[in-house]
Amino acid sequence: MKKDLLSIADLSCEEITLILDTTEAMREIGQRPIKKVPTLRGKTVVNLFYEPSTRTRTSFEIAEKRLSADTLSIPVSTSSVLKGETLVDTALNIEAMQPDMIVLRHASSGAAHLLSRICRSRIINAGDGMHEHPTQALLDAFTIREHKHRIEGLKVTIVGDLLHSRVLRSDALLLTKLGAQVCVCGPATLVPVGIERLGVRVSTSVDEAVADADVIMLLRIQHERMQGAFFPSVREYFNTFGMTKARVARARPDVIIMHPGPMNRGVEIASDVADGPYSVILEQVANGVAVRMAVLYLLAGGVEDEAAA
Amino acid sequence: MDPANGRDGMFDVLVDGDRILRVGRDLAPDSDTQVVELPAGLVVCPGLIDMHVHLREPGQEHKETVATGTAAAVAGGFTAVACMPNTSPVNDNAGVTEFILKKAAEAHLARVYPIGAVSRGQQGDELADIAELKQAGCVAITDDGRPVATAMLMRRALEYAGMFGLAVIEHCEEQTLKADGVAHEGFHASTLGLRGIPGEAESIMALRDISLAALTGGVVHIAHMSARQTLDAVRYGKSRGVLVTCEVTPHHFVLTDEMLAAPIPYDTNVKMNPPLREAVDRDAMLAGLADGSIDVIATDHAPHHYDEKRVEFDHAPFGITGLETAVSLCLDRLVHPGVVTLSRIVELLSVNPARILKVAGGSLAEGAPADITVLAPDLRVKVSVERMRSKSKNTPFDGWQLRGGVAATIVGGRVVYVNEDVSGFSRTLRRELR
Repeated sequence: MKKDLLSIADLSCEEITLILDTTEAMREIGQRPIKKVPTLRGKTVVNLFYEPSTRTRTSFEIAEKRLSADTLSIPVSTSSVLKGETLVDTALNIEAMQPDMIVLRHASSGAAHLLSRICRSRIINAGDGMHEHPTQALLDAFTIREHKHRIEGLKVTIVGDLLHSRVLRSDALLLTKLGAQVCVCGPATLVPVGIERLGVRVSTSVDEAVADADVIMLLRIQHERMQGAFFPSVREYFNTFGMTKARVARARPDVIIMHPGPMNRGVEIASDVADGPYSVILEQVANGVAVRMAVLYLLAGGVEDEAAA
Repeated sequence: MDPANGRDGMFDVLVDGDRILRVGRDLAPDSDTQVVELPAGLVVCPGLIDMHVHLREPGQEHKETVATGTAAAVAGGFTAVACMPNTSPVNDNAGVTEFILKKAAEAHLARVYPIGAVSRGQQGDELADIAELKQAGCVAITDDGRPVATAMLMRRALEYAGMFGLAVIEHCEEQTLKADGVAHEGFHASTLGLRGIPGEAESIMALRDISLAALTGGVVHIAHMSARQTLDAVRYGKSRGVLVTCEVTPHHFVLTDEMLAAPIPYDTNVKMNPPLREAVDRDAMLAGLADGSIDVIATDHAPHHYDEKRVEFDHAPFGITGLETAVSLCLDRLVHPGVVTLSRIVELLSVNPARILKVAGGSLAEGAPADITVLAPDLRVKVSVERMRSKSKNTPFDGWQLRGGVAATIVGGRVVYVNEDVSGFSRTLRRELR
């Protein structure tokens, strides 16, 4: 493993498989009566969150605590950014207190790369702007593998706001690396230019895109990032792209439905689909803890190796 | 090398005071003439003119001053620079113009030609006092940093500036299409999650301005062109007889948007406006330089303090420095690979800027000011920010090895720069430099 986990683009297939295999072992820890191992005892992990996040931050915190790391979370509100301290200065101040790892969530793409260049601590990208959210893609892959026992050859359809989604970029990279056939679907106004060069198929017809899918993954319609008029109304979006039971019926009978959360019911997904028997949305959340434990464990384990090299 | 006078060969140049007295073969110097023998391989040409720089003074002296900017200019082979009005306060009145000229006189290095604002405060509402600006010394007008806000204001600017023979220099950017973009809209911006700016944001505005130049008979100069569509628009205008000229920066004919991803992902020193575009655009710029569609190479020298660039890509200001890398990039990427001849480079960097701005220079004619650049086309140059004279170091070219550089710069008969790396240089020339 490299020093940091910044993006799926940096990971080889072997490294991805190693993380997923390690996740299996980590999940077992979460099923014990005493859910704690001493693996990261004496390690300090700082969760530096520049964007509000419930799921990801909680997931990282639980993962860190289960591995016995000393952990603290710093929610940086927009107001303190406006007070003038730069990301670099904040990071250098935290660095001065000798943490071992920094988990960063930030609204700007590339923020984790910036920290990676100036920090000795290991950096884990917990979502940077519209760029990547690598641990989300890893937990998605783990969840798919658990249900389908493979990734290669599966037809995975991802529907939603492709343009603003860091989950899309990480998932598209990871799933194509492992050999899935990925189809991405959304309104033409929300398709990133040139995205097909990642080896994904682009469709603007959801009925066509979900046909025979093994996996359907919905992406959140991110109201807060929609500065322009990308589609006329939420109602029209739901009618045109929303995942309904009728659309799910076009997929394979054993299709699973995924969503990285938080969901907008009645926007990108109908409630009866979100709560339906094929939904694995809460399993994704459960697996998130195990995946993050695996990532923390593997990165920490490399500390001495790299120093010796 | 003096394309304006059709000279290309071995000549003697006799300088008397601040003027060129004679140019000819085997001039016989009299006893009190100081003779400077140049080593073989060096090229004497009319002083280079960078018609698009940001000197940042007044108001942003932490980035650059007239003194540091002109020091960078002469080290880069430029005997004159034209500076953009987006200072603080904006150069929209004679007071600011005179201040800049006073600072330039104090620095006493490169000539400085201020460019005035089109609109008061560059706000896009009403015309600045253009006649007053011209009288104070401005050589063109622009709202650079942003486009002239409306078609009507642009129309009026072209008509009004036309009375004084001033070109309107346009920063082409359709702002609703650019929106909050930070990089060229394409594969790299998409995968890096950066908001994109399509080439059409530039070409749409260029087409507007070319149409208005046709309507008014005014002169429009398209600044820092980056997109192939804009070059097509300029070619269209020229073919119709519109008075349109254009410039390209070295970074837009050397680099592409691949630099966003590697070697340094999200390097804020590759964030500039207009953005680095795709290889097909870069190749279009090379073709335009070769076929004569492009009139000028200008640097868009945009110094920024390192604190301002050491931030998230989204938050970094646009722009890179350019004065001290332009000549090496032109020689290495244009002349040595055979894209254009050295003579054409002199046109792009000297003859044409002088013609468009209607300033002295661009020629080694007898009686012309003795503004002379000595090029060292085969000099091995390693770009080093440590050695740069600009106050700011925001360049993506640090560490690049290039073939070709500047040997010396002479402004008004005064040696203002001698490159210590050029061997065999006459001691006389060095002694001139205090």
